[in-house]
Amino acid sequence: MSVWLVLTAIALTATSGLPGLLCPRETRAFERLCTALLTLGAACAAASSVGALARRGGAALSAPWPVPGGHLAVEVDALAAVFVLQIAVLTALGAWYGLGYWPQRERAANGRKLRAFYGVVTAGMLLLTVARSAVLFLVGWESMALAAFVLVSTEDERPEVREVGYLYLLSTRFATLCLFAMFALLGAASGTLDLRGWGAAMASPARDAIFALGLCGFGLKAGVMPLHVWLPGAHANAPSHVSAVMSGVLIKTGVYGLVRLTAACAAPPPWWGYALVALGVLSAVLGVGFALAQHDLKRLLAYHSVENIGIILLGLGVAVLGRSTGHPALVALGLAGALLHVWNHGLFKALLFLSAGAVLYATGTRELDRLGGLWRAMPRTGLAFLVGSVAICGLPPLNGLVSELLVYLGLFRLGSGGRGPWLAGALAAPALALAGALALACFVKVFGVVFLGSPRSSAAEGAREAGPLLLLPMALLAGGCAVVGLGAPLLAPALDAAVRAWAPEVSAPTLARVAPLGPVSAASAALLAALAFAAALLGPLIRAAPRAQGTWDCGYAAPTARMQYTASSFAELLVGLFAWALRPTEQLPSLQGPFPTRASYHSHVPDAVLDRVLRPVFELIYRVFESLRPIHRGSIHLYILYILGTLVALLFWR
Amino acid sequence: MTVRAAHVLVHLVFVLAMPPLLVGVIARTKALLAGRRGPPLLQPYHDLAKLLRKGMVRSRTTTWVFVAGPAVGLVTTLLAALLVPLGGHRAPISFEGDFVLFAYALGLGRFFTIAAALDTGSAFEGMGAAREATFSALAEPSLFFGLLVLGRASGSASLSGMLGPAVGAAWGTAGAALASVVVSWFVVLLAENSRIPFDDPATHLELTMIHEVLVLDHSGPLLGLVHYGAAMKLFVFGALVLAVAAPLGGLDPWLAWALFAAASLGLAAAVGVVEGVMARLRLPKVPSLLVAACVLAAFGPLFLVR
Repeated sequence: MSVWLVLTAIALTATSGLPGLLCPRETRAFERLCTALLTLGAACAAASSVGALARRGGAALSAPWPVPGGHLAVEVDALAAVFVLQIAVLTALGAWYGLGYWPQRERAANGRKLRAFYGVVTAGMLLLTVARSAVLFLVGWESMALAAFVLVSTEDERPEVREVGYLYLLSTRFATLCLFAMFALLGAASGTLDLRGWGAAMASPARDAIFALGLCGFGLKAGVMPLHVWLPGAHANAPSHVSAVMSGVLIKTGVYGLVRLTAACAAPPPWWGYALVALGVLSAVLGVGFALAQHDLKRLLAYHSVENIGIILLGLGVAVLGRSTGHPALVALGLAGALLHVWNHGLFKALLFLSAGAVLYATGTRELDRLGGLWRAMPRTGLAFLVGSVAICGLPPLNGLVSELLVYLGLFRLGSGGRGPWLAGALAAPALALAGALALACFVKVFGVVFLGSPRSSAAEGAREAGPLLLLPMALLAGGCAVVGLGAPLLAPALDAAVRAWAPEVSAPTLARVAPLGPVSAASAALLAALAFAAALLGPLIRAAPRAQGTWDCGYAAPTARMQYTASSFAELLVGLFAWALRPTEQLPSLQGPFPTRASYHSHVPDAVLDRVLRPVFELIYRVFESLRPIHRGSIHLYILYILGTLVALLFWR
Repeated sequence: MTVRAAHVLVHLVFVLAMPPLLVGVIARTKALLAGRRGPPLLQPYHDLAKLLRKGMVRSRTTTWVFVAGPAVGLVTTLLAALLVPLGGHRAPISFEGDFVLFAYALGLGRFFTIAAALDTGSAFEGMGAAREATFSALAEPSLFFGLLVLGRASGSASLSGMLGPAVGAAWGTAGAALASVVVSWFVVLLAENSRIPFDDPATHLELTMIHEVLVLDHSGPLLGLVHYGAAMKLFVFGALVLAVAAPLGGLDPWLAWALFAAASLGLAAAVGVVEGVMARLRLPKVPSLLVAACVLAAFGPLFLVR
């Protein structure tokens, strides 16, 4: 039943945009039809995954398929269900938001294209999570990856959108290349292309190469530092609901790949765990470091995705180390922490991108230093952003705390695995604490600069509250953050099922026994109650306070909105401390004489990997291969001739 | 059961009543070192009572966040204070992993304190906000290095276990690691509570302040809440340092309370001595001291490799 439901969901979502393509541009009814189809598909997928999580067993389907090395094999087990549920919920909410954010009457040029490929991305993600044969997995992976390219470059009339689109395309092609190599090695070592037969390959000497290739291919999609180069630009320039889906679920398919790959190995070598923990620390700390230095609201959020992927990798690393040293409690804590953080990050990051989209829609700018004082005009959007900010920093009483707590507990208990794991945990836990505190600095900065204070530009002054179609998905996501935070014990059975599916041979203890989910939720609820009590106590007092005057500002008589602390000035101290990694470039104004003329100041933090490593390398490659340009004539018959020649040569060679 | 209830009650009394006294002791010590007589020890209580009776003004720029700052700061510090064991007794709230809730509850308070400062739209409060965010971020890893050491030494993952009776025994087996924790946590205490050498609570130049400039626009009862919350935070961090430096687990429980009270006052006097004999650091030098404390704390886990 589960399998048929999810197959129906794939069919429905894949074709949800087709009616739009058959309608004329001007008709607007199709956008509702398309969203309805997608929602129906998502509901099927969600039902299927809830069934699989509750039933504690997978449902599988196999059929012959006349593709070389392929057979149709689909299975919804607890691991897949965790991801299917998230894909279903977030893509449906994103589609509803899209109705208000990208309406056909305002976006006649690309609205139909956007909706059609949005459905394809959804279907591709669903397909790859339930696929059990390598060929089917790659079909899902490629439809997701290529359709996402179209989504990223929706506004392809803008040059910067084209640039990030091509960068995304290049990265995703490279990721697929790594995956082809990985699947080839897996198939050769295990003799089958079925994902369930890979236990054999994981006992062969090829397993380290397989893991390294998987780490590269899936890591590129997940945006692990230093493979994150495509992520900030793509997330910043895509339409906001697409950014939400990309950051919330699309990059998680990379995490899914890593989870599925490590699941196959019953006795992973410890270095897998160390590699995951090291990459997790690097992504978490530098992800938030780069985020702090951004001036662009959505780019900043994108770098926080890198940070959160780092936290997820830390959890996965703990689980792998637990499995390789034989400590079931570590497996349970690490994997449950990683998977719960996958869910949590989906909830609060989608919420943040959607509220950032509402800000962009209302003001027309993503520049932090041109916003300000939006709370007055957009209190609901502001509240949504505040909830998302508190949640992403892992603060009580919301959901981020629960998954970070599981990861922390796992890191603290790594010592039971011996000297190496103890040192790994002892370095990773404080690094995670540093990343958390920096994330707090970053989000309080964004919330303060965008929503509090006075408007810094006329665009911010004229903002209006977002419409109900934008607010409803935000409200649901914010509610989700609160529910996971206050009702964490309810999720334990689902996470237990996923842990068992990941490591069936380990008799991992249930989460209820190793993690304090009940006490954390209870403490969060008590905190909320205490805050409500304080509000009731303070309320009358505050309303009586006179508000006739402006901010005191240390006696300065005529402060203006432009004299407020900006996002850049707030982050300046921290960016200075991390200058060894961030390498900020500054253009200082030159002031001369007692009455200097107008001067300007610019600061910019380029992406370290992209702008300082990859660009120079690719320029070198470009120069080397320029000599081959004469054979690129641009005529198709020549290319076919090349292919023919290559085939003939290969046949002779064999 | 009733004995446990009595200890919880004493815990609450300590948490609610003692913090302003610590501030009074610091001020008195500092004054004595400077050759003055100083304010009475109970002066902070009088100040709080005065502030709570006063009216207040609010800027037109501010929203509810401005009010939420002091309130959330106080409530979250109270939650943190209920998680920390005092005098070797189990804390009122205790569970595996409660140290994360401790750190992140204080984080929530910090979030709203900083947001309340940004709510005024003043550049001065922005400066204070940026400094607070930066310096507390740098102090966070030291806290966790210390917690790791204590967790390893005690075999527990709750604050009451880490800072409980196991600490006394750990001084014998892992003394070097605990010593590094004590030093680094004392530095964290000074930084998190904006004491000299990080910040001068008595300074009069807004440009160089951290904590005082953060709450420049708060007045009346709200300012009272800020001061009370700050004193309680000092008490909480003091309890953390004391639990490692002067473990009281295993003693007679009521004697332990008396000794804890004496030790707290002693620690406040030590903070006062630091304030009396040291000058404030220049702001650019502050991160170096915090990083030094963090690196020192990082030696702790190394001592426990086996």
